[in-house]
Amino acid sequence: MMLRTLIFILCIVATPVFAVLPDEVLDDPILETRARALSKELRCLVCRNENIDSSNAGIARDLRLLVRERLVAGDSDTETLDFIVDRYGEYVLLKPRFTARNAILYLAGPMTLLIGVGFCVFYIRRRTPAVKNSDRLTHAEVKRLSELLDD
Amino acid sequence: MIAEIGHFAVLLAFAIALVQSVIPLIGAQKNWSGWMRLGDSAALSQFVLVAISFGALTYSFVVSDFSLQLVAGNSHSAKPMLYKITGVWGNHEGSMLLWILILVFYGALVALFGRNLPAALKARVLAVQSMISTAFLAFLIFTSNPFTRLANPPLDGNDLNPLLQDPGLAFHPPFLYLGYVGLSMSFSFAVAALIEGRVDAAWARWVRPWTLLAWITLSIGIGLGSWWAYYELGWGGWWFWDPVENASFMPWLIAAALLHSAVVVEKRDALKAWTILLAILAFSFSLIGTFIVRSGVITSVHAFANDPERGVFILAILTIAIGGALTLFAARAGQMRTNAVFSVFSRESGLILNNLLLVVATAVVFFGTIWPLIAELTSGRKLSVGAPFFETAFTPFMVVLCLALPIGAILPWKRAVIATSFKHLRGALALSVALGVLVWSLQTGGRMLAPFGLALAAWLVLGAILDLLLRARYTAGTPSETLRRLRKLPRSDWGKAVAHAGLGFLVFGIAAITAWEQEDIRTVGIGDRFALGQYEFVFNGVEKTNGPNYSAQTARVTAYRNGAKIGEMFPEKRFYPVQNMPTTEAAIHSNLFRDVYISLGEDRDGQVWAMHTYIKPFIAWIWIGTIVMALGGCLSLTDRRYRIASAARPKRAITPQPAQ
Repeated sequence: MMLRTLIFILCIVATPVFAVLPDEVLDDPILETRARALSKELRCLVCRNENIDSSNAGIARDLRLLVRERLVAGDSDTETLDFIVDRYGEYVLLKPRFTARNAILYLAGPMTLLIGVGFCVFYIRRRTPAVKNSDRLTHAEVKRLSELLDD
Repeated sequence: MIAEIGHFAVLLAFAIALVQSVIPLIGAQKNWSGWMRLGDSAALSQFVLVAISFGALTYSFVVSDFSLQLVAGNSHSAKPMLYKITGVWGNHEGSMLLWILILVFYGALVALFGRNLPAALKARVLAVQSMISTAFLAFLIFTSNPFTRLANPPLDGNDLNPLLQDPGLAFHPPFLYLGYVGLSMSFSFAVAALIEGRVDAAWARWVRPWTLLAWITLSIGIGLGSWWAYYELGWGGWWFWDPVENASFMPWLIAAALLHSAVVVEKRDALKAWTILLAILAFSFSLIGTFIVRSGVITSVHAFANDPERGVFILAILTIAIGGALTLFAARAGQMRTNAVFSVFSRESGLILNNLLLVVATAVVFFGTIWPLIAELTSGRKLSVGAPFFETAFTPFMVVLCLALPIGAILPWKRAVIATSFKHLRGALALSVALGVLVWSLQTGGRMLAPFGLALAAWLVLGAILDLLLRARYTAGTPSETLRRLRKLPRSDWGKAVAHAGLGFLVFGIAAITAWEQEDIRTVGIGDRFALGQYEFVFNGVEKTNGPNYSAQTARVTAYRNGAKIGEMFPEKRFYPVQNMPTTEAAIHSNLFRDVYISLGEDRDGQVWAMHTYIKPFIAWIWIGTIVMALGGCLSLTDRRYRIASAARPKRAITPQPAQ
């Protein structure tokens, strides 16, 4: 199926540029590291599920420059993301925000786990050979048994 | 003419598939042996016919018959022969024909090698298998005919997408389809068992090799795809959490769960209904994957409108197959009771935990993949779910799985004594933690990922070794006796340990590359030197070269490590004129410890070039791990028991002939 991925990832590319270009890189290595990390959270708007850090599209470059601009202006990581989401919408985030409307997405795993654990506990307990009182021989049965064995 | 023969052959195959879906099923119900036996010859003829059709299409690509719409749209006379052939499945119609070819290939295998299956079970399996091929042959014939002719053939074709002109295309899709489609066997066996209403250890032994085969080929297919993307896309990513990748990953996860639960059915006659459900789910995810890939509905919500017919058709197949199988399951699952007993701490419970975690992980991937669609349909919001989400939501479950794996693997069946099991694991645990601490103290950055990841990998590998030693009862007797017993262990024991160690290697590779990758971006001119980590590079300029159907700019970079030359590297930029498309061909210097990865970017006035250089520590272990896992599967597949199991049941295989 990767072949389709491959087709799509690059067939939308209009201008052959080259992911992060040398002239984009910030002089301050700490700011640049933050910019790279943020770039991996942001989607290239015209690509198929590709982040702006690795995208070749022109709009991805614009976004990368915008991220760096905000960071240089002194914004925090969250402020930078907010700034971009305000302009481009939630669509630009590769990791949707944990809000009430996205609750199902984030809780799908934990909920399935809880339900699954419930089922498993139920199943395993039914399969567990518990020594129940009803399984033990009553006094009368013990007596009867010894009588039979004595015969 | 050749193409018409191919076209006619698929039509004929479709007719036979229809018959094979019905007659053997009735035969099995009424115990008419002739009707049941029809399944064998029908399955073989389906395979022969689809193979003829596939051969005809391949021939048309090889001779560049541009009067076929498909060839004109996806091939070019100047394309190298290898890519003319692989181009057969480098497009929707051709890959669908390959999909069907593999489907009927599995059917033919059952007909040929399933001689020892009970006649009724075999007939039902073949009928169910044929229902699937009927549906997909109809899909091919009515919506995606590869043999459509053009009234005015062009002089030359449109060529194949340059990214696909790679040896990767020769192996990646066939292996992936062998896996995807192989799960149809588990599905058919499950549905047949539901119709019969009987699931026993023998059934599990028959279905396990097929699932194993599908899982092995799917592992190889996914691994190849990941490797291909790594060297072809030019920035060295190896997994993208792309919907299409997820589409192949979900059946893999479920197939892994199915393999483990089938062991419980085989050994302990428990978890029967669950195993049947997993077999249905595994193939359902294959179908969902096919739907995701072919309809374009998830990748881009608008693509559905481009080709509503195909999407709706697969959706219909999907609904009928999954709905039908689950309905049958709901009706019959109650009959599958078990008397097996086991305690909370036992191999059985360990395998249940394995199943639980794999299914939960699949649920995370599934919801993540379809969430953009759900959000848009329910509230009109457009949003994206990509790698950062999956890394957060998926990883914890896998970590728990890896932590629990070595413990579960050595627990005895029925009832384990915790203290004993823990005593065996103490050494492995201590060594793993020690390794983690060592890595933590050696590394400069403060990230916990590498120490933890490496400790986890060591835990898995040591656990696998311990598992083998325990099987060989190393505590009893001398080392040479242990060695002798090790050699005598059944292949499936070796397979299990090898596959688990392979997972350890994979975890090691992922942790190392994620924590320690180094990267450099710069512009370079001729003669420039630059350093990255322990490595130094000299850029010697760019030469123009020509390939058969592309022109290229090839750079020559000399790489040194601590002053010693390790080699010349040739990153390349290609341009394919027919498709008007550039590609990057990274130069990779690879060994077990690291890859040096260079890709060449744009030039400015032919004087300086953009250049991306990466040091990727231990990345090869990601694929080594995958291959070792697949190898473990192969070892299990060749276990004597499965061969004996297929031969040792002649008594039940003979069905009484009805008096006529």
